[in-house]
Amino acid sequence: MEKMATRQAYGKTLVELGAKYSNLVVMDADLSKSTMTAEFGKAYPERFFNMGIAEQNMYAAAAGLAISGKTVCASTFAMFATGRAFEIIRNSIGYTKANVKICATHAGITVGEDGASHQTFEDIALMRTIPGMTVINPGDGISAKLLLEGAIELDGPVYMRLGRAAVPVFYEESAKLEIGKGSCVRDGKDMTIVATGIMVSKALEAAGILAEKGIDTRVIDMHTIKPLDEEIIVKAAQETRGIVTAEEHSVIGGLGSAVAEVVVLNCPVKMAFVGQKDIFGESGKPDELLAKYGMEVVDIIRAAEGLL
Amino acid sequence: MECKNLEGVARSIRTSVIKGIHAAGSGHPGGALSAADIVAALYFGEMNIDPENPEMEGRDKFVLSKGHAGPVQYAALAERGFFPKEDILGLRKIGNKLQGHPDLRKVPGVEMSTGSLGQGFGAAVGMAMANKLDGNPGRVYVMLGDGELQEGIVWEAAMSAAHYKLDNLVAIVDWNGLQIDGPNDQVMAVRPVDRKFKAFGWNAIVIAGHNFEQIEAAFAAARNCTGKPTAIVAKTCKGKGVSFMENNAAWHGKAPNDGEARQALLELGGEW
Repeated sequence: MEKMATRQAYGKTLVELGAKYSNLVVMDADLSKSTMTAEFGKAYPERFFNMGIAEQNMYAAAAGLAISGKTVCASTFAMFATGRAFEIIRNSIGYTKANVKICATHAGITVGEDGASHQTFEDIALMRTIPGMTVINPGDGISAKLLLEGAIELDGPVYMRLGRAAVPVFYEESAKLEIGKGSCVRDGKDMTIVATGIMVSKALEAAGILAEKGIDTRVIDMHTIKPLDEEIIVKAAQETRGIVTAEEHSVIGGLGSAVAEVVVLNCPVKMAFVGQKDIFGESGKPDELLAKYGMEVVDIIRAAEGLL
Repeated sequence: MECKNLEGVARSIRTSVIKGIHAAGSGHPGGALSAADIVAALYFGEMNIDPENPEMEGRDKFVLSKGHAGPVQYAALAERGFFPKEDILGLRKIGNKLQGHPDLRKVPGVEMSTGSLGQGFGAAVGMAMANKLDGNPGRVYVMLGDGELQEGIVWEAAMSAAHYKLDNLVAIVDWNGLQIDGPNDQVMAVRPVDRKFKAFGWNAIVIAGHNFEQIEAAFAAARNCTGKPTAIVAKTCKGKGVSFMENNAAWHGKAPNDGEARQALLELGGEW
């Protein structure tokens, strides 16, 4: 299967969108080669601003540009965007409904060797508490492209979570995705896995193995965590015997919590949560870390079997 | 707009500030009064704005980064005709547009929601960048408090404004010397303010912030300065115009009671 990092798709798509939208402005905080915004900078130097290692000011200035009529994509690592600049994003972008797309890369444990200081597991939780913030976490290169195009069309603040590591491409080029609508990537009647980001391809792999064991498993790509597709969750709760959520994020406050909030109110079923436990990460290769911290195919399978 | 009676305008703005904060029962009179003369000079002289068309293309913009002084901006906007003057009595009341700190989505003429210190400065940098990008002649004025200079983002913003040669940006520091816990020099010294901005690549001008000739001359000097942004460091008096509030940090964030408001309005020549 072809592999591609979602940040790679982001960088490439930005260049395409730059031609289509003359008011698109891109900002970065000295990580443009890693976030891949450098490609936009090369193509449209007059609309690219490197703000230096100063994330707080970058997001405040992004708000000023957006309020002046620009569509702004402002990138850095997810840790520094949502952690360090949280309150600027909350007050100057969220509260003002500024048209800023916070496109943050290197999220989660697959940052790998850089270690715990750079591995953010809190970003989805933080961003989804901000009123009016759309939260998107694409699972492969194609959905990253499609959802970025959708985010640019949308007038208002968006958080888009992107990854460092190359991950399998599971969507076809012709796929149609809509922000706010979960995408059922495999049907099943016994069990449901609701996954987001890089965990979607792992969920598909897990579903294949579960099928061999006689457990017919549905997989939903919840690429949009906010606004959350409640309908597809309630339907899964009604039609299958349990829901496993899978995310490369803390089990506190992220996709699992968001899905549980819908399930308990509408149709309580058994749930299990695959994600980073309440613990910091460490240095290592992405695959080693995913295995050690319980975010592998085997963890999803175990969680699903535990619900039956 | 030509208006030579800036003193009268500023007095009227101060009167509205006192009325609004008294009616609200809470607010920040000290730093609103210290900024009143500069704000009057901006809204009634320096800035190209149109109350009939608050979104006018090419207009100048004012961002009150020290958002707790919101009543001085509300008073100036009302005085200039953006909304009725009596609206100030709704300040801080539930359902009212005049929030405790300015909200651009609620108040015509407010260009940026502020309140969390330092962020308005960064946003003003973004607005000046946008104007440069568009060839828009509008200028951006941003007012900061002296205590606000303690926020790290202020210096990130200052660095970026100089880097991008934003000569369409003017930062005004309302240097009244006092913050909530006392004098800056005791809480966290910010001196030397003008030399700090110069070191960050800015044109810096120190003026007496209640002297209209000096205020207007500084704005003119800023217009004539090309290739870099201008910081106007305005030495002011906290609580200016109300004797018992002047130079008293206790009036940073406290509303006057009935007797105090009556006394303040008497001193300002306004009606109770």
